Amino acid sequence: MLQDRYSLAFTLYPYQRSADQDSAAPVHHPVVIMGGGPIGIATALDLGLQGIPVVVLDDHEGAGVGSRAICFSKRTLEIAHRYGFSEPLLDKGVVWNLGKVFHRDSKVYEFNLLPESGHRFPAFINMQQPYFEKYQVDRVRQAQAEGAPIDLRGKNRVQSVEVHDDHVDLTIETPEGPYQISTDWLIGCDGASSPLRKMLNLDFEGRVFQDSFLIADIKMEAEFPTERWFWFEPSFKNSGASALLHKQPDGVWRIDFQIGWNVDRQEELKEENVRRRLKAMLGDKIDFELVWTSIYTFQCRRMKSFRHGRVLFAGDSAHQVSPFGARGANSGLQDVDNLGWKLGMVVRGTAPDRLLDSYNEERVFAADENILNSTRSTDFITPKSKLSHLFRNAVLDLAANHSFARQMVNSGRLSAPCTYDGLSLNSPDKLPDAPARTRPGATCPDAPVGDGYLLDHLGGGFTLLALGTEIPESVTIDGIGLTCLSLPTDADQSLAARYLGAAPSAVYLIRPDQHVAARWPTFDETEITAALRKACAKGN
Amino acid sequence: MTQLITTPNIPDADGFYAELIALHDGLTDDESAALNARLILLLCNHIGDRAVLAQAMAQAIAAHTNRDQK
Repeated sequence: MLQDRYSLAFTLYPYQRSADQDSAAPVHHPVVIMGGGPIGIATALDLGLQGIPVVVLDDHEGAGVGSRAICFSKRTLEIAHRYGFSEPLLDKGVVWNLGKVFHRDSKVYEFNLLPESGHRFPAFINMQQPYFEKYQVDRVRQAQAEGAPIDLRGKNRVQSVEVHDDHVDLTIETPEGPYQISTDWLIGCDGASSPLRKMLNLDFEGRVFQDSFLIADIKMEAEFPTERWFWFEPSFKNSGASALLHKQPDGVWRIDFQIGWNVDRQEELKEENVRRRLKAMLGDKIDFELVWTSIYTFQCRRMKSFRHGRVLFAGDSAHQVSPFGARGANSGLQDVDNLGWKLGMVVRGTAPDRLLDSYNEERVFAADENILNSTRSTDFITPKSKLSHLFRNAVLDLAANHSFARQMVNSGRLSAPCTYDGLSLNSPDKLPDAPARTRPGATCPDAPVGDGYLLDHLGGGFTLLALGTEIPESVTIDGIGLTCLSLPTDADQSLAARYLGAAPSAVYLIRPDQHVAARWPTFDETEITAALRKACAKGN
Repeated sequence: MTQLITTPNIPDADGFYAELIALHDGLTDDESAALNARLILLLCNHIGDRAVLAQAMAQAIAAHTNRDQK
């Protein structure tokens, strides 16, 4: 039976009978995605826009209620831009760059996430997750109308999978009974409690943090600015050991209270108890309406491997972090960004199967970075021993007057894209005079170009970017056509500052996910051929 | 006179902080306090300059005084 586990904010893909259900033999598909959340839909968009047929199976019919992931990073917006749905995100989202940290009543620290100009997108936008999911599916519908082979199937619950060396068989439950399909590749985007991971009996190990947080989304008329405010040991003591305030669209504010480990969930979620905490924080004068409440505990953990033959995992199903740092959904989108082009090439036969091992290599590396950052933030916010608490407060006490201590204040190191330093798709840096931020493995930083931005021109396929030197108008290597982009360096300073630095000229080989694969002072076809092959996991 | 450095001076401050806290894993409060004392003495000896040490002591006690006034 298909029992709903949650109610929906938006019905996005209502159940419809598929022709596969009437087929005598199981129908075969190149790619099947389990899970129609933000990560599954993004994967479908990436592959569908490449023209690769993809089926998405979800046991519900749309986006669940609750704001959940609310902070979407600049990198997520850049990825969404490549997929064609950044516009509604920016229109709806609340833009913020400034964060403030308080200890008791005093401000100890303030940070601006994007002190640099020349980027299309802000550091972060805040938005309730259901909106994000809705705009994604709106984009899928538009892409479908333009011919993208994406098939979203609501109320399709995967009951069992059988993994073979060269394909996967699936049995799917629907309101009209079960049916079977098979696929070359199965992508698990089915969330932190991933049924797929459990069906395959795969590990998911890490640390559990012994603290609980109460989330309250409230509507209020208040004069708080559009900033992230974090309190350590707030003077409004009756609300929690720490508190976080964030603005969302529709006049909604997200407030998180750290309420301790041994709490009675039912009791704490009673409206009068949530209101008591909120009143301690906001005072009696501010009227508010409760929109959504939830209690969460958290873990920092990941699967040992994100690839198991024909099955790949992305997003929360593969790795989980504490929410401090907004590294959950944002890192999941980066998984998709990484997986999409690799799977595309493997399905088309333009790269070997082992290119997908580099998905595991690079995204495990990124997950470890996210887990490290998120674990450190959590240890700072919820000190696990008396000594750790003592040092934490010493840092906060010194931070008011000393900048060295301010850099140690850790209320969340906010999501930034991972640089794949030293990993196997990169070629050695042949342009050491150029800035470190654009070294091989890094994501390309944006910069103004003409009437638009650099990232508008990158991604989808491989790009050769030339600055201050000549490259041919077109280059094709092993049947792979490179987009050749020659840009003037005198038009905008930030382009030169980010890609040239002290180097007089540069040629960059840029991957379809906008990461730098290699760079040189000038065009050299032999070098570029070797670097492209390396970036596609060909040869040695 | 050498000035006490109070601007960021440790590369990878988050990594340093995690290492400092991890040093105390499994110790009792008294053992931790003793560890801190040893660490302070080692670092003070490394600094050597009495004027700098005096400034550090003054700043550390000042933060305590500020805190009491909060």
